[in-house]
Amino acid sequence: MIPGPEHLVIAPIVIPLVAGALLLLFDDRERRLKATISMLTALALLVVSIALLRITHADGVAENGRVVVYLLGNWPPPFSIVLVLDRLSAMMLVLTSILALPSLVFALGRWNKAGPHYHTLFLLLLMGLNGAFLTGDLFNLFVFFEVMLAASYGLMLHGSGTQRVRAGLHYIAINLVAALLFLIGVSLIYGVTGTLNMADLAQRIPQVAAENQMLLETGAAILGVAFLIKAGMWPLSFWLPTTYTAAPAPVAAIFAIMSKVGIYVILRLSLLFFDGTGASANGFGAQILFIGGMATIVFGSIGVLASQALGRLAGFSVLVSSGTLLAAMGLLEVRVTAGALFYLVSSTLAVSAFFLLIELVERGQDAIANVLAVTMEAFGEGEEDEEIEDEVGVAIPGTLAVLGISFAACGLLLAGLPPLSGFIAKFTMLTAAFNPAGMGVGGAFSSASWWFTAMVILSGLAALISISRAGIRAFWAPVEETVPRVLLVEIIPVGALLALTLVLTIQAGPIMRFMEATAESLHDPRAYVEGVMQAPRIERAEPEATR
Amino acid sequence: MELVLSLGIGVLVGSGVWLILRPRTYQVIIGLGLLSYAVNLFIFSMGRLTVNKPPVLSGSEAIDPASFADPLPQALVLTAIVIGFATTALFLVVLLAARGLTGTDHVDGREPER
Repeated sequence: MIPGPEHLVIAPIVIPLVAGALLLLFDDRERRLKATISMLTALALLVVSIALLRITHADGVAENGRVVVYLLGNWPPPFSIVLVLDRLSAMMLVLTSILALPSLVFALGRWNKAGPHYHTLFLLLLMGLNGAFLTGDLFNLFVFFEVMLAASYGLMLHGSGTQRVRAGLHYIAINLVAALLFLIGVSLIYGVTGTLNMADLAQRIPQVAAENQMLLETGAAILGVAFLIKAGMWPLSFWLPTTYTAAPAPVAAIFAIMSKVGIYVILRLSLLFFDGTGASANGFGAQILFIGGMATIVFGSIGVLASQALGRLAGFSVLVSSGTLLAAMGLLEVRVTAGALFYLVSSTLAVSAFFLLIELVERGQDAIANVLAVTMEAFGEGEEDEEIEDEVGVAIPGTLAVLGISFAACGLLLAGLPPLSGFIAKFTMLTAAFNPAGMGVGGAFSSASWWFTAMVILSGLAALISISRAGIRAFWAPVEETVPRVLLVEIIPVGALLALTLVLTIQAGPIMRFMEATAESLHDPRAYVEGVMQAPRIERAEPEATR
Repeated sequence: MELVLSLGIGVLVGSGVWLILRPRTYQVIIGLGLLSYAVNLFIFSMGRLTVNKPPVLSGSEAIDPASFADPLPQALVLTAIVIGFATTALFLVVLLAARGLTGTDHVDGREPER
């Protein structure tokens, strides 16, 4: 076998790390060079993650699923840290790099000039995200979480300003507390089981003695709280809309996937650890996820309806999307999970595009532009930038029409109306919730399904009402039209993200088959556990990267 | 020894939680510091408390694991200390920036109205 594919697994971590460190060597005035390097890095990441996806899902056949294990330091599996690549982590890697490119392109417009080290922080954020998706070790997950969070603090504060610093203060304090909870949970689990390898844990947790069961569940619950803070489950979510609104637009666009990291970890760990073979009940905490998810949908929808500013509307949309995913995971049905994964991809793309679009629309209303001008002045670069922009920027004809169409598309996606992918995602989740045994078989469905359906549809209605109201106010109501000055590099990313949701719609068949295969291997993690525990060591001793 | 350690962790957590719920940013950062000490001690205790036992194996002869301390929690604590230190330092910078920009050390950036 060629050595390439095996080492490709670590590439999504190493590439942004090296590129990010390399960028530190250049002065911040070399913007074009820095931007080029980070764009190339993001492109390389996209290529690598698509290649990895093809490895895990060879030829698009469900049975060909592969779990690739990368042994850091070449220790035999239960010891040391392993990186594990399966369908779910490959999918999340692809989603991350798909979001990274438009966000970077968008930042070329003006945001990367608003403060130092934008590209380095951005690349380190990507490294943290990729690491969190790839790692197969609980403590290593903590390390990558902290890398991701440390970079996100810097990005969130990018451009400075009172409002941003105020929101950043809350954001950092909450995440520091969450990190402490994470550590307590991890160490309790270690104290009971004596291992931190996820696959090893999955084998040992069913054998935990009855008197230690409570300690283990306490640890798992505390660990869960740490991730639920990240995912934004009510009542742990009050920080989220404020933070996402205060963050610069391209940063908010990539933050859209950060709340999904929490969802990813909960999905992976709860199905891996509590698969019903041990003393624990099947799906420990599933009920809490379901109820919490429903509460989050309610809270998010009320927030969406109550939002006057577009930014907060998008922030609450993130909450609605998190809540829907958590509730769907709480149902513990393979096919609902498959639908939820589709929804995850679709809603992340939609929210990301929405955050980018909002900045452009609000620029017409002059609020954000003024704030930005002030921060640029404070940073000591005013006049020079204006000149460069005049050369690069071409006012696009029919700006308002393009913005309006994109806005309508975002509305359709978030509300879940046909013909875009938001509709397909919700439709598959609801179909699966009502036909747990498969289409046409019938069988009893629980009251939980009814509640879930009602909440998903009502949240869609809330999004529709609120977004159409905001759209009317932004595009039709103004008496004297101020056409926002939009650069081509700023509208293309929005268009690209929306085009991707169109691809999701057209290619829904093969993508849904992939999601179903992913959900099945998640609900039956034997292949994952065996893949990790029986991973062969490489005989020849060779130096490997370590953390 | 168990009692002393658990009392120590308990006092640190109690003070830390009280402090992070206070309205001044300086109290919050001290509270976070105390909490992280408590968590570090807690991780350490999860490797079981032992006295006078080395964490590093010596030589290649057959060994009895019971005569060694668990090295893994010690490594974890080391990592947690480094990360906690870095993030707390970062929080301190943001705290100072917030003090400078808002002119108050209240966590909400403005004094509550009485």
